[in-house]
Amino acid sequence: MTWKQVFTSSVGKKLVMGFTGIFLILFLLVHVSLNACIWANDGGKMFNAGAHFMGANVVPRILEIGLFAGLILHIIQGLMLEFSNRSKRGVAYANNYGNKGSKWYSRSMGILGTLILLFLILHMSNFWFPNRSHQNFMLGEEIDLYAKMKTTFSELWVVIVYVLGCLSLGYHLAHGFQSAFKTMGVHNKKYNQILTSIGYGFSVIITVAFVMMPLSFYLGWLS
Amino acid sequence: MEHYNMNLTVKVWRQKNSKDKGGFVSYQVKDISSEMSFLEMIDVLNEKLIVEGGEPIAFDHDCREGICGQCSLYINGKPHGPWMANTTCQLHMRAFKDGDTIVVEPWRAGAFPVIKDLMVDRSAFDRIIQAGGYISVNTGNAVDGNSLPINKDHADASFAAAMCIGCGACVAACKNSSAMLFLSAKVSHLALLPQGEPERKSRVLNMVAQMDKEGFGACTNTGACEATCPKEISISNIARLNKEYLFSSLSSDK
Repeated sequence: MTWKQVFTSSVGKKLVMGFTGIFLILFLLVHVSLNACIWANDGGKMFNAGAHFMGANVVPRILEIGLFAGLILHIIQGLMLEFSNRSKRGVAYANNYGNKGSKWYSRSMGILGTLILLFLILHMSNFWFPNRSHQNFMLGEEIDLYAKMKTTFSELWVVIVYVLGCLSLGYHLAHGFQSAFKTMGVHNKKYNQILTSIGYGFSVIITVAFVMMPLSFYLGWLS
Repeated sequence: MEHYNMNLTVKVWRQKNSKDKGGFVSYQVKDISSEMSFLEMIDVLNEKLIVEGGEPIAFDHDCREGICGQCSLYINGKPHGPWMANTTCQLHMRAFKDGDTIVVEPWRAGAFPVIKDLMVDRSAFDRIIQAGGYISVNTGNAVDGNSLPINKDHADASFAAAMCIGCGACVAACKNSSAMLFLSAKVSHLALLPQGEPERKSRVLNMVAQMDKEGFGACTNTGACEATCPKEISISNIARLNKEYLFSSLSSDK
């Protein structure tokens, strides 16, 4: 079994989704922790220091390349699997199986992922792109990201889109977290129960934390 | 349980052959006993069709005891009908009431092409089994059954997986038409026993390759298969299959 055969098989493709998914989950942990510094309510001092460490240090910047690679792989492989899976049933049922036995979000990973992708385009054009272009995409000086957040989240429609984007992410994670471990072969009941609980907890915490960020600015909780 | 008779409207998928486009035809069936099985109800309908000079509805069935895996039918939006852990032949008409409309469709999957009406070609499953669902046994005298020590938990898990009757309800229920629950049951059944050890690695790799070749979709762990399986095969078998596949592909020579 060559590497090509392994990673182009249906199980191999799912392994790619699982591994990149876990990698992106780790990124979310870093992202949410750093962003939580806005609640220090010190006018963005702590947050901007964190952002400076991530933006002007060579190690996180190299990891950023890995992050993009993982993200792109997850998106492309995910979309390809979605289209391939949809093509496997030529004639649809007149009476659909629907939600008997499976959660709606587990059946909607492709749609949720696409919503997250659309949100990511807006999100990166709001923050990542202006910041990195200001740095000439190297280790130059960043913009005041705290101030940027403040102005961005002063508009209601942006806040609403961010909340919806984060909810999509939450439901994507609610299935993706535990599914990734099953794909990697965790079949033992005792681990699966723990991982499923951690997955749900993680999804809720990540969603609430990210949703509260634009809301905190919009509702004027932060100076 | 109280016995009653019912009149029903049965909307059945009729398709002359694999090339025909097919479509639904509604039939009225009268005086159906609540104690009949679902297939007996179709038998009654078929006899009526034959008497009237029509073409009887083609459907798969064999043992009618819930063990052979021949019966299929997607009844009112669920493989094997509304009851849990049940095959179509064991579905009884008391699941319905007078005046009901029942929609009957064949399994829908590219890998299970319709042969005629409600019959689908499930030989893809046979080819997956041929690709690795076997063990090597030496010829000669029969070996004493107790000569091989087997861990009780493994034997139980293996037996639970071996319950799979290969009916294809998992494929029918899955939004991706994935055969992973079937395949994982077959792989787990043998991978958990010492008798399955010699072909353990090649089995999982070859069977997954054959499954992909047959045109089944990939698994997304939604759990719809487990919920509909007449033999209650656990979805944890799919995770075990994934583990077997990962380790076998990592440690294969080529």
